[in-house]
Parts: sequence; C-alpha cells; structure tokens
Amino acid sequence: MTPPRRQRRSPGPDRPAAPAPPRATAKEDELPNPERLFVIGGEGGGERADIDLVTLIVARADPPVSATPEEAALLRLCAAPLSVAELSAYLSLPFSVVTVLLTDLLAKELVQARAPIVRQKVADRNLLEAVMHGLQKL
Amino acid sequence: MDFKNSDTIPGPRTEDRLPHTAEAAVKIVIVGGFGVGKTTMVGSVSEIRPLTTEETMTQAGIGVDDNYGSASKTATTVAMDFGRITITDELVLYLFGTPGQERFWFLWNGLFEGALGAVVLVDTRRLEVSFDVMGRLEERGVPFVVAVNTFPDAPRYPVAELRTALDLPEEIPILDCDVRRRASSRDVLMTLMRFLHALAMKGALT
Ligand SMILES: Nc1nc2c(ncn2[C@@H]2O[C@H](COP(=O)(O)OP(=O)(O)OP(=O)(O)O)[C@@H](O)[C@H]2O)c(=O)[nH]1
Ligand SMILES: [Mg+2]
Repeated sequence: MTPPRRQRRSPGPDRPAAPAPPRATAKEDELPNPERLFVIGGEGGGERADIDLVTLIVARADPPVSATPEEAALLRLCAAPLSVAELSAYLSLPFSVVTVLLTDLLAKELVQARAPIVRQKVADRNLLEAVMHGLQKL
Repeated sequence: MDFKNSDTIPGPRTEDRLPHTAEAAVKIVIVGGFGVGKTTMVGSVSEIRPLTTEETMTQAGIGVDDNYGSASKTATTVAMDFGRITITDELVLYLFGTPGQERFWFLWNGLFEGALGAVVLVDTRRLEVSFDVMGRLEERGVPFVVAVNTFPDAPRYPVAELRTALDLPEEIPILDCDVRRRASSRDVLMTLMRFLHALAMKGALT
C-alpha cells in the first residue's frame, strides 16, 4: 500500500490542494478568495495595542476602585507575569476581547507588557540553544 | 463568567506562577487534523495543565475588511489548547495545538509567523488532511518538522516513502512519535529545535 501523494499548491487563488476534510459548506471553496471571508475579532475596531498570544503581562498596580470587574480580575491574575493566552483562558474571554482590555490598561499604565521574541530571518542561535537546553531538562 | 466576584476566578495555582524575572516568551505551534493527538502532545510536555484560549471568527461578506455592517454573518468560536515550559528564569516556551483544518488560524497574523517553528502532526490513516497545512506553512516561510503519531491500527510507511508522498525535501525531518509519552514528545521538539539551529547556522554562513 502506498500513501496518498501531496500535490503542491499552485500559486494564486487559495485552494485546498487535496481532498479537503469535510467542511461546513462546499460552496465557500468555490469562491475566488475564501481567506477574505473571515474577520478576526469583535465589533468596533479602534486602536489595538500590538499584543501577541505570548506577550507577558504584569500588573503595575492593584486594581483601582474605578476598574471594571473584568479589569480587576485581569489585574489580579497578572500580579505575577502571565501570557495573554493564559489570561484569555483563565478569564474565559476570547483573545481579541482580552486585547481590547489590555489596550486600555496599557494606556492607563496599570499593566506592563513584555514583548515576545519572534522568529527572525536569521534566528538567534543563543536563543535556540537556550530552548534546546531547557527541553533537555524535561 | 461572573466578574462581579472576580476574587473567585481561578487563576494559576501558586506553583504555576511564572517568576517575576520572566522577561520574554517564544512559541511553537503544533498543527494537525482532528484527533491526531495535538492536545495529548501539549499535555505530555507542559508543566501546567493544558489551557484553552479561544477566538471569535466572523464570517462576513466578500471583499470586506472592516465596516462590514449588518450583512449576513455568523460568529463561530474556535479554540486552541496550549501548554507551557519554563526554559530559564527569563525565558518561557509556549506550545499551541492548532487545528490545521481551520483556515482561520492561518489568518491570525503572527500566530505562525511569530513562532520559532511548527510541528506538523500526522496520522497515516488520514495523511491527506495535513497536505493543506504544509502548503500554508511553506508559503509563509515557517520552518516545520513532520511527526507521525503512530496509532496501532495505522499503516506504517518507510520514511522515504512518506517523504515522497509529502513531497518534502531531504533536510526536513520526519520522525515517528508517541505523543502520550513525554520523552517522545520532547524528542519531536528537540528535532525541531535542531533543525532550526541548522537553518540558523546556514543563514549565518550565507
Ligand atoms: N494509540 C494512541 N492513541 C493516541 C495517541 N495520541 C493520542 N491518542 C488518543 O487519540 C485521541 C485524540 O487525541 P487528542 O490529543 O485529543 O487529539 P487532538 O489532535 O487534540 O484532537 P482535536 O483537538 O479533537 O482535533 C485521544 O483519545 C488520545 O488518547 C497515540 O500516540 N497512540
Ligand atoms: Mg485537541
């Protein structure tokens, strides 16, 4: 028995290269550019701080009396550094909603954000070696 | 959630708190089809019980980036499990188990691009569900390794045959694993890291 073979995606319109897993509708695949069908996040837009799932958030102050219940809960959670993903999980709020809350808290200087290290064109070898070292200890 | 009683929101257990010295985080994405073992893999290496983050996906009209108004649209919640490994007092690694069949994840700018790399987890009973994912990672220039989660009733193929089927170049590691075992999951991550390291060495030479 031989495994099924992958056909490389041809450039251009986004199409699944292989028989795709069952999807809700077959119709969306017929559209020229299905990627445009999806919009992340809630309503309203507005300025959002540049926040990643693994940006580490640390509270800079106790919740002020003016804080909303959501803000107070968030500030209590990140008394020690916590990633945005963890905040989203513990608060049971979607990532985009947490982002909105954090944008506001950052503007009020109630939290500090520690930016993640993202992949560079030429990766930092020291960083990679540190991660390998950490994994070896597991 | 009742935020009025926010004192009662369960946060991280004391032993799950990161030290104040934690300065930065990196992430690795584990991507694969339904039931291929993503959550099991995250759980087997994570120091915290895997958590779930979610995002709201809105299906809007064609050709609309914002202000899509009230045209028929449906909101769906998509969820992703993740775990954490503390690397040093300053550095934390997060692992995200991302359902590859949801194109939505590939629209989340920075989820894949910002990751150090990805593990494509495949089940040889349904190899084709990972084809699309690999194409998307290639397009975005996200380095990845392929880990075959070996289910007992799954067909076993020699690596060379899999490589041909997946149309992957020689340098991309393909390895077997049992994601239920911590050592095996760790080996997959180490293989990815060694691959990334080799790429970095090559980049430094050119
Ligand atoms: N025999 C065997 N079973 C496994 C292995 N890995 C996972 N399983 C089982 O397969 C099932 C699916 O594993 P999950 O880790 O939930 O898979 P997943 O990719 O997170 O699934 P979804 O999130 O539903 O897409 C679970 O019942 C696991 O216990 C494996 O290596 N061998
Ligand atoms: Mg899962």
